[in-house]
Amino acid sequence: MDTASTYGLSELAMQLLVGLSRSMILFIISAGLSLILGVLRVPNVAHGSLYMIGAFAAFTVNTVIGGSLGFWLSLILAPLFVALVSFAAERALFCHLYEREHLMLLLFTFALMLILGDMVKLFWGVEYKSVTAPDILKGSVIILGQPFPTYNLFLLVIGPVVGFGLWLFVNKTRVGKISKAAAVDRMMVGALGINVSWVFCTAFVIGCFLAGLGGALVAPTMGLTLGMDHAIIMEAFLIVVIGGLGNIWGALVGSLIFGVTHSLGVMLLPQFAIIFPYVAVVIVLIFWPRGLLKSVW
Amino acid sequence: MFKGMIHKGALSALAGLLAVMLILPCLIPRFYVYLIASILVMALLAMSLNLVVGFGGLFQFHHGVFYGVGAYAVALLITKTGLPQWICFVLAPFAAALAGLIIGLICIRLRQLYFAMIQISLGSLLWALAFRWYDFTGGDDGIHGIPMPDILSGIHNSYYFILTVFTLSIIGLFFILSSPFGITLQAARDNAQRCEAIGVFVRRHQLFAIVIASFFAGVAGVLFVVLEGSVFPDLLFWVLSLEILIMCLLGGWFTFAGPIIGAALMLSLRSFIGMQTEYWTLILGIILALLIFFLPQGVWGYILEKVKSRKEAVVEREA
Repeated sequence: MDTASTYGLSELAMQLLVGLSRSMILFIISAGLSLILGVLRVPNVAHGSLYMIGAFAAFTVNTVIGGSLGFWLSLILAPLFVALVSFAAERALFCHLYEREHLMLLLFTFALMLILGDMVKLFWGVEYKSVTAPDILKGSVIILGQPFPTYNLFLLVIGPVVGFGLWLFVNKTRVGKISKAAAVDRMMVGALGINVSWVFCTAFVIGCFLAGLGGALVAPTMGLTLGMDHAIIMEAFLIVVIGGLGNIWGALVGSLIFGVTHSLGVMLLPQFAIIFPYVAVVIVLIFWPRGLLKSVW
Repeated sequence: MFKGMIHKGALSALAGLLAVMLILPCLIPRFYVYLIASILVMALLAMSLNLVVGFGGLFQFHHGVFYGVGAYAVALLITKTGLPQWICFVLAPFAAALAGLIIGLICIRLRQLYFAMIQISLGSLLWALAFRWYDFTGGDDGIHGIPMPDILSGIHNSYYFILTVFTLSIIGLFFILSSPFGITLQAARDNAQRCEAIGVFVRRHQLFAIVIASFFAGVAGVLFVVLEGSVFPDLLFWVLSLEILIMCLLGGWFTFAGPIIGAALMLSLRSFIGMQTEYWTLILGIILALLIFFLPQGVWGYILEKVKSRKEAVVEREA
């Protein structure tokens, strides 16, 4: 009856590694969400749609260019396209709402989600799409005597790289430092003669870029369907909440909890695997209602 | 005295409206009867949400959960226990209120966005349970063909049942909102600090409001089951919760009747635009964006504002 004992230790380690590599994608997406939440104080409901656009754009780049060059280019071009879309939406519409009530901002991102979701249907159609990884990332490597997909190993490498890049941006660049200051006290930043609206724009576009990158990275691991935006956004939200709103390291902790509890769930009770992360979230929130790490506001 | 006369006028207008609603099913095709019945269900749900969001000022972002709990409670009670259906109809809203009490107790410690977030996570847990627990809730298929009492068979009978329950519920909601409790709730929304200073236990009032709203959401859930005869996990999904928030916004936040107008507009737009094009969500998104930019007080809120300013102009001229 005890399902865990039927697995060896190395299988357990393998399952955890798969969970960790899934955590990396969740981390990249939720770090972007957290950045936007921290600086603009808006839960960006459209984040999932931008992730979906990233994945579909990666599909297009892969089909147009093809080969492994297409894949590597898609990792750059797809997030850039998403950043462009979000830049247009922010400058044309969103930036006029910053003075309004919070609820209006949130509902606007919901409107954006509805519009972008149907735009994807309009441009890419309703068919199931898939992207193949380049040869170098196909197959699997042997770790601890078990085969482990190379692509997941690649994800395990790229997650920390993105995290380090984001850390560099927030702590070492001028724009990053200003966004951090704007997250704490936007009035003061404005009083110092900095155009807060553009700071918000930068943070928003970078956050959306990360959503697009997450989409481009996830493309080879799953079939691309229209519902993928709904599925991811709630997970990313919960990760950001348990990590501490606006805290990028909190997003990392949250995604690790999410990914690992999910893979444990797959081992223990496959039918209820998706419930495990939610239970973990509820437990965290009952004891640390404001998240595990310090939130920025 | 003037005020009393308006009240009388409004009352007779409402009685007239009710009379029209009673005769209507005999005059229009079945499809429209069904549409109006589903509007009534959604309107009740949106009104219960407006009690907490518009009048209570709480960020109740996952109100759909209580609707789903009510619907699932009645479906499970009917299919799993031998209780008579009418008793299940009565019990289910209490199940929703209990869910409201538990979720409310956990959420109420927090404010604003944190409140919203923890509510969304608790709601998602319930959704995930309903989605996966195949043996009990039927998983993502849901439960279909729930047996209804004979008296509710046919769209006309269920229409009249829904209309009756809806009317009773909005009368109940109206009295709750105009009771001292309702007025205190609005005062706590406008200035929580001052309310606490004069000795109002704000959190307890807000918790009570959540429980009442969940109860009425549960009633709406029961009505949904009466109308459709089935339940599925989408009832608990967060997209529905955001949609009813939009209905409240569309009609008008701080007005009593706003959510009814919002639900009516949204559902009729959905069924008529949905017939013409498959890009209904695109159009909904555009409508929502336009509303946020140009009509943030909602359709009904805008009408009330215009009526009020005209009345004031008349008073000024007479003075």
